[in-house]
Amino acid sequence: MAGADGDDSLYPIAVLIDELRNEDVQLRLNSIKKLSTIALALGVERTRTELLPFLTVLNVYFEYCLAVLSIIYTIYDEDEVLLALAEQLGNFTMLVGGPEYVHCLLPPLESLATVEETVVRDKAVESLRKISQEHSPVDLEVHFEPLVKRLASGDWFTSRTSACGLFSVCYPRVSSTVKAEIRQHFRTLCSDDTPMVRRAAASKLGEFAKVLELDYVKSDIISLFTALASDEQDSVRLLAVEACVSIATLLPQEDLESLVMPTLRQAAEDKSWRVRYMVADKFSELQKAVGPEITKNDLVPAFQNLLKDCEAEVRAAAANKVKEFCENLPEENREQIIMTHILPCVKELVSDTNQHVKSALASVIMGLSTILGKDNTIEHLLPLFLAQLKDECPEVRLNIISNLDCVNEVIGIRQLSQSLLPAIVELAEDAKWRVRLAIIEYMPLLAGQLPLTKSLCRVVVYAIREAATCNLMKLVEKFGAEWAQNTIVPKVLGMANDPNYLHRMTTLFCINALSEACGQDITTKQMLPVVLKMSNDQVANVRFNVAKSLQKIGPVLDSNALQTEVKPVLEKLATDTDMDVKYFAQEAISGTRFTLASLHISTKSDLPF
Amino acid sequence: MEEESDTRKINNSFLRDHNYATEADIISTVEFNSSGELLATGDKGGRVVVFQREQESKSQPQRRGEYNVYSTFQSHEPEFDYLKSLEIEEKINKIKWLPQQNAAYFLLSTNDKTVKLWKISERDKRPEGYNLKDDDGRIRDPSTITSLRVPVLQPMDLMVEATARRVFSNAHTYHINSISVNSDLQTYISTDDLRVNLWNLEITDRSFNIVDIKPANMEELTEVITSAEFHPQQCHTFAYSSSKGSIRLCDMREAALCDRHCKYFEEPEDPSTRSFFSEIISSISDVKFSHNGRYLMTRDYLTVKVWDLQMENKPLETYQVHDYLRGKLCSLYENDCIFDKFECVWNGSDSVIMTGSYNNFFRMFDRNTKRDVTLEASRENSKPRAILKPRKVCVGGKRRKDEISVDSLDFSKKILHTTWHPHENIIAVAATNNLYIFQDKVN
Repeated sequence: MAGADGDDSLYPIAVLIDELRNEDVQLRLNSIKKLSTIALALGVERTRTELLPFLTVLNVYFEYCLAVLSIIYTIYDEDEVLLALAEQLGNFTMLVGGPEYVHCLLPPLESLATVEETVVRDKAVESLRKISQEHSPVDLEVHFEPLVKRLASGDWFTSRTSACGLFSVCYPRVSSTVKAEIRQHFRTLCSDDTPMVRRAAASKLGEFAKVLELDYVKSDIISLFTALASDEQDSVRLLAVEACVSIATLLPQEDLESLVMPTLRQAAEDKSWRVRYMVADKFSELQKAVGPEITKNDLVPAFQNLLKDCEAEVRAAAANKVKEFCENLPEENREQIIMTHILPCVKELVSDTNQHVKSALASVIMGLSTILGKDNTIEHLLPLFLAQLKDECPEVRLNIISNLDCVNEVIGIRQLSQSLLPAIVELAEDAKWRVRLAIIEYMPLLAGQLPLTKSLCRVVVYAIREAATCNLMKLVEKFGAEWAQNTIVPKVLGMANDPNYLHRMTTLFCINALSEACGQDITTKQMLPVVLKMSNDQVANVRFNVAKSLQKIGPVLDSNALQTEVKPVLEKLATDTDMDVKYFAQEAISGTRFTLASLHISTKSDLPF
Repeated sequence: MEEESDTRKINNSFLRDHNYATEADIISTVEFNSSGELLATGDKGGRVVVFQREQESKSQPQRRGEYNVYSTFQSHEPEFDYLKSLEIEEKINKIKWLPQQNAAYFLLSTNDKTVKLWKISERDKRPEGYNLKDDDGRIRDPSTITSLRVPVLQPMDLMVEATARRVFSNAHTYHINSISVNSDLQTYISTDDLRVNLWNLEITDRSFNIVDIKPANMEELTEVITSAEFHPQQCHTFAYSSSKGSIRLCDMREAALCDRHCKYFEEPEDPSTRSFFSEIISSISDVKFSHNGRYLMTRDYLTVKVWDLQMENKPLETYQVHDYLRGKLCSLYENDCIFDKFECVWNGSDSVIMTGSYNNFFRMFDRNTKRDVTLEASRENSKPRAILKPRKVCVGGKRRKDEISVDSLDFSKKILHTTWHPHENIIAVAATNNLYIFQDKVN
């Protein structure tokens, strides 16, 4: 039977290989994910000569399976299979026999790099970049670089877009003749007929510039950058803005003004809002890349313009950057720049007509207080915060509340509670449930920031009504059991008599959350009677939640109460007419830690002793 | 122009038998791809048929340019909107080809609500050899497996497959009347009666509304969007036409929402010709940019107009398509024909325009010579490879030989959809359930 042993180990692999072509996408995906197992079983030789050629055309085959099934919705899974294949091949070097043979992986990845699905293509490029590092310098020139050239001069733009991502990985490791060729190919792709390829080239421009010698950056990259930044398609121009960041970091300060700034200025005033949006979105990166001097002279006015842009999307993107921009201003005249140039624009934005702009501003405006210090905050910022807290748009109010903590650090609790607390209490009664929810979510935070006042308690009451149980626990932990007994517990227990069964259930949920934090005494004396009483509720949902609650609070109760009060009730519930009530009662009985004595009485005999 | 039409030969027509033609067979759109090698039609039954041009062969030179069926697939199925209790027809409203990006072809097809991206690809190899089955397909006993077998590819007969790659749904409350692919090859717009949505071709779960003309109160509704198209080169410019006879040009660079147009093309109404039907017949049924991007062409019920993008106050050229119907508007209103939506197309060099009419007639206008011709697409009057004769319609008076009286026109035979090969003089004309392809005489 020695032969049969060999078969036993082969059989699972045989299944995996066959399932590479199974009609079920899940099985195919499974096989692809175990590709390394297949390769290991086949050995490096057969992997190279048989498996890889098959994988090279696998994507063609997959599409066929799809047509047979003709199920539209499996298509996304299909991409997943190809995606998995592209990813696997990036880790295949050892399985084909080590770095010596790594070039065998190129054909299947090349074929994947031309499919129309961007995610698959990108993954194939990622794997190609990875295995390029495992090529010896000779192999890189003999195998890898020709592949890059083939892709770069391919008929279809899918292959040319993929090529754009590969230049930067082979450039540093090839001879100067090949380097010149690579630069030429990149140049060609930058002026490709299809915008898809120009976009791919523009998005890789910065990365390619990083591996180029500085002289070539100045001679080649700058002209490409200028050309792409004035492309007729705004979808290309906006990507040049991204490249601007990397290029500016590479150049010495004295060249920036002449080589980069004209293009950047032009982009900040581009006719297309999408390009200006990109400038606004990348503003902090740009600011870091060009340094303090240019920032002061050029970027500050540009930023002001973006904050006043006619397109709301641009204003919103700029508003998002207000804090970061101010933080990164040169320290010596930061306050002066903010007070004279930025703050006036910010003030206008507070009453912007577009709510996205206001909410973007609200999410960062609080951060200005740390930069401007206490006095400026109280004088200039606080009125803005207050205005935003009363904004008609809930998102704006939310964003202010979510960032209260940083103001607190600057102006102190007294000032904060005096000016903002009334507005916050008002928000707790807001008509929009999202705002109330946010208030509840920030309750523990607020409680940490603000002194415990009557008005804060009112907020807590709202929290209870909204059944914010997990926050209740945190609050009790913060303020202690005594506070809970006086403020929260009565409110919670009061709801047990509410005509709405959902509110009655809230009582149970709150008790679940509170029992542990409140301790044995309060739980047994105050909460338990209420829970037990509710076991007679006419709504089955309440009754089975009673069973669940009893199980939950069981560990907190003293054993006497457990034995004499809880158990009879659970046993009664276990004979309830409702199936669910019965089920949960039985669950509770078997899950509760009754005393040994009770165990003997228990009818359950399947216990370990 | 007449010479040109004289040399026009009926090349081949894809005729489904009249007797068995059903409503589902009626062709609802026809479109050449950017190379002209493929031609797609959509029908009321939700099917898309793709034709491919025969390769030139020396043995049969006369077959050059013949189009044969390449792929047929069901693009849309009838659906039911349970929320609104509305049936959603499977009828293909528009087909637009994407520029070729790899060996496969891609097209967008749309019905009233859902746009789909289809991939049409070829396959001529298949993998062979299983481990668990022998070559005859019998399951092998696992214990007999002593070695592993990796499948190998074997050649097979060419198969053409169509697969739906993306489904863009749930973005339109009203009926989609047009789709247009942007020259950035990244986005497209879909347009319904009141809104224009911008999609990324790779993202199906979100689209951006860029035009919305829905009034807060629907009773104040005075116009609807009838058609929209992207500029062929400027990726930021698109135009949409309205039921009031105006065209708006929008610049997407200016703002994310294109509620404000940057140009507004409208011809002031001539008060002397005003009638009950003025508003209906001025509604624009189609708008098309010229290939060079300088002009816009619009079709209303009776005319085709060419507009210069630089001149908003009046059209550059106006061509009468079937002015003889002006006196019959009343009966055309009664039989609903007045609401027919005729499309219009440019030839490859923007020098000739073509649009349809009734009685299986279609019209061509030469913009340089100002000559025009009426041609007929019908199987009764034309055999394959026959030369098309120009037709004339007479109004009242004495009818000359080979003229047809306006009263004997068949209004059920309408040519709404036509398309022109992007580089050559080959046209495709959809006449109810028949597709006719005409081309210049070869010799």
